[in-house]
Amino acid sequence: MQSVCLYFQVHQPYRLKKYRFFNLGNDHYYYDDYLNKSIMERVAAKSYIPMNNLLLDLIKKYGKKFKVSFSISGMALDQFQEYTPEVLKSFKALAQTGNVEFLAETYAHSLAGMKSKEEFIRQIQMHQKRIKELFGLNPQTFRNTELIYSDDIGETVADLGFKTILTEGAKHILGWKSPNFVYTNAINPRLKVLLRNFQLSDDIAFRFSNQEWSEWPLTTDKFSDWLNNLNPKEQVVNLFMDYETFGEHQWAETGIFEFMRNLPEKILNKPNLSFKTPSEVSKEYQPIAAIQVPNAISWADEERDLTAWLGNEIQDEAFDKLYTVETAMRNCKDPVLQKDWLKLQASDHFYYMCTKWFSDGDVHEYFTPYSSPYEAFINFMNILSDFYIRLDRAGLGRRKRVNKRLEILQEDVFNIVEKCTNVKLKQIIKELNTDELTVLFFESNQNIRDKIMKVIGKKNLKKIQDLRKNTDALSGREIDEYKESIRRKI
Amino acid sequence: MKVLMFGWEFPPHITGGLGTASYGLTKGLLKHGVEMIFVVPKAFGDEDQRAVRIVNASDIPVNYKQKNIQEFWNKLTYLEIGSNIRPYIDPEDFAEIHEDVKHSIKEKEHLILGEKYTFSGKYGKNLMEEVARYAMVGASIAAQYDFDIIHAHDWLTYMAGIAAKEVSGKPLVVHMHATEYDRAGEDRINTEVFGIEQKGMSTADKVITVSNLTRDIVIKHYGINPDKIQTVHNAIEPVDKANIVANRSVKEKVVTFLGRLTFQKGPEYFLEAAKLVIERDDNVRFVMAGNGDLFESLIKRVAELKIADKFHFTGFLKGADVDKMFLLSDVFVMPSVSEPFGLVPLEAMRSNVPVIISKQSGVAEVLTNAIKVDFWDVESMADSIYGLLHYNSLSQMFIKNGVEEVDNLKWEYAAKQVKTIYESVLSNK
Repeated sequence: MQSVCLYFQVHQPYRLKKYRFFNLGNDHYYYDDYLNKSIMERVAAKSYIPMNNLLLDLIKKYGKKFKVSFSISGMALDQFQEYTPEVLKSFKALAQTGNVEFLAETYAHSLAGMKSKEEFIRQIQMHQKRIKELFGLNPQTFRNTELIYSDDIGETVADLGFKTILTEGAKHILGWKSPNFVYTNAINPRLKVLLRNFQLSDDIAFRFSNQEWSEWPLTTDKFSDWLNNLNPKEQVVNLFMDYETFGEHQWAETGIFEFMRNLPEKILNKPNLSFKTPSEVSKEYQPIAAIQVPNAISWADEERDLTAWLGNEIQDEAFDKLYTVETAMRNCKDPVLQKDWLKLQASDHFYYMCTKWFSDGDVHEYFTPYSSPYEAFINFMNILSDFYIRLDRAGLGRRKRVNKRLEILQEDVFNIVEKCTNVKLKQIIKELNTDELTVLFFESNQNIRDKIMKVIGKKNLKKIQDLRKNTDALSGREIDEYKESIRRKI
Repeated sequence: MKVLMFGWEFPPHITGGLGTASYGLTKGLLKHGVEMIFVVPKAFGDEDQRAVRIVNASDIPVNYKQKNIQEFWNKLTYLEIGSNIRPYIDPEDFAEIHEDVKHSIKEKEHLILGEKYTFSGKYGKNLMEEVARYAMVGASIAAQYDFDIIHAHDWLTYMAGIAAKEVSGKPLVVHMHATEYDRAGEDRINTEVFGIEQKGMSTADKVITVSNLTRDIVIKHYGINPDKIQTVHNAIEPVDKANIVANRSVKEKVVTFLGRLTFQKGPEYFLEAAKLVIERDDNVRFVMAGNGDLFESLIKRVAELKIADKFHFTGFLKGADVDKMFLLSDVFVMPSVSEPFGLVPLEAMRSNVPVIISKQSGVAEVLTNAIKVDFWDVESMADSIYGLLHYNSLSQMFIKNGVEEVDNLKWEYAAKQVKTIYESVLSNK
């Protein structure tokens, strides 16, 4: 018995508005609401709603025999709630049938997995929580942004308790091997790896309406025959694609909906074929081998690597700069900043900065709201610069964090001095060298100064005043160091 | 294949892109085995004649008694040769405007049809007179020399091209390096220049435009049949990296404009963008290099905006000073309102300077390593300047890829396309 595993990716980013450098520090709202709303409404009307209804009809008709799976990014879920709640409702209806598996992913559809394990895990857990909240389901299967996968990512995901992960059946990792088997992670064999059959997936997702394609028009008979004619030893055909394929990338006029409406019947008529969710596939079949993926792969472009998002100078700078705030964000309690932090992490922003499409791929151009990757970069960096400013103002910026540490240090030293007895203070002063004494005197408040004046001899005081110049010349860091040494002496 | 080419200037005696482009093209054509006779109004004797044979129009006597020349002269008389127009302002001449010596039309006619005539070869007050005389020279040369095809560069030479075609019966290719719409803007069209351009293009067997932008203008405003217009993008001559040293005397970043200060080049948009950047960024200076009729109003505006301490005028720069300026620049901006091609950004890129160019420029059609903005979108221009100054990886990327990109814009490739055009014209005959 061979299985057909249908999985659909649903994602919409929060596209950024045109944000000029003169907005820096003044304007903290980054999104093009009109664009986001209108895209969401258009795609909902053309794709999500009609396709969800179609799937509900199919489930009604074939019952347990028809299964599909989804991953819906947190960004898409949030925008459904905001702009098209009816879409969310219809996904809930799909969830209630019990025939639909919902997968976990990073909440922001981010590339966090390439940068920070901590942030990666945080976002996965956020997403799991959200899926549980909305659909009452605990995802058992994971699928990373754009099917990005490597041995290390697999290991992390396995540690989080996931049983299965999806990725691309990229030629360069498979070699002569077939994608139509269940594999395991190279580090942790408990994690099953399902590989996308890009040939058959793209026949639907990309080539369906291409009249120059030798197999056009693609009929359900033809497609189900292809599935049926697989090597009988093979286990599963993974058909993974963007959900927007239906009605948005392939318009309704191409007949894509009719195709999908009729395909299940043709498949179920073949005695050897059945539909399964990713979790069912990984339970049902014995994995045949571990798959080695030392360098990350994805389902994008011909290269099936990460170069659509990372690798050119501007992508790398934007990406690195974005994650310099990660530590600060861990201490950030402000929900608005937290939301922005997520939205800025969406992989799409880096995709728009890709310069590969100068030579190939209209695909990139189709998806970008910018007229050039440079514009995308400048816009993103302007916004990120404003984000830094806000963190600084919230006392979370890099500079402020240093100051904050200083403040704590100051408090420690001067509190002790302020509280201690005159005798003790005299002892302390004896211990200090002139530099330290100067710092203690001039960096402290009036109370402490008065206190010091009482216990210090006139001669010593004169010495301090002469050294006043010195303190002015000291950098913040040196003062910091002296305070530290004072604290140690106390 | 032998080409009779009419130009208005030839290096080293050039004032703008026309001479540079004509020169580059002849060198490229030579590589493809095309022979050329290149006629200029005034040759100085120090032109580079490796690629072409330079013919000095000032040396060509016009024989008015020759019948077909007489006929052509009669057709030509609608040209108002006494008019005092300045199609391009010669930057060198800008400061000194000569007293116009008024000649009557009769006197002019006598002058133009005389045995001898000395061209200035510039763009001065006797321009129409020179254009007319040049046409007569064209006719004379066409009768004397042997060639297969005529190629005329810009409207100044179109009458000569037409004359040569009439006399010889050989096909004519006209090359639009700029249109009157670019130079003057829609409201200030000189109808005579427009008329010559239109006449040249409608008489020609083929029209070459330096960009699709120019091609569109030619179709839209001149009503020329699109089928006979073909775009051949300009290219750039490779240079040996000169050992020019420039000491950075200012610690601030430098953003540069370089071009004539005329309506066409959009200097006022650069200025407004500068204002926006200076407001937010202390660490930047703007330099405007060039001269032209907007100079005074620009200075006034700088004073009005109170940015004179950060916005500097250098006047007209040429030769090594241009290279020096590029060495000092961190960003180059070409905000042209209408630029048929636009060579300067390529020169900037070759000097490792990231560039911002207007979408209304022909060069935008061939460049990828450049930021493209609408000339009127001052905010976007300012934002791009700020981005290039502050987000290093972007300028680094432009510098890295830009030189390579420019090096691939070779005249050899452009000339190949031109030769193909010649061949198609000749085979249609």
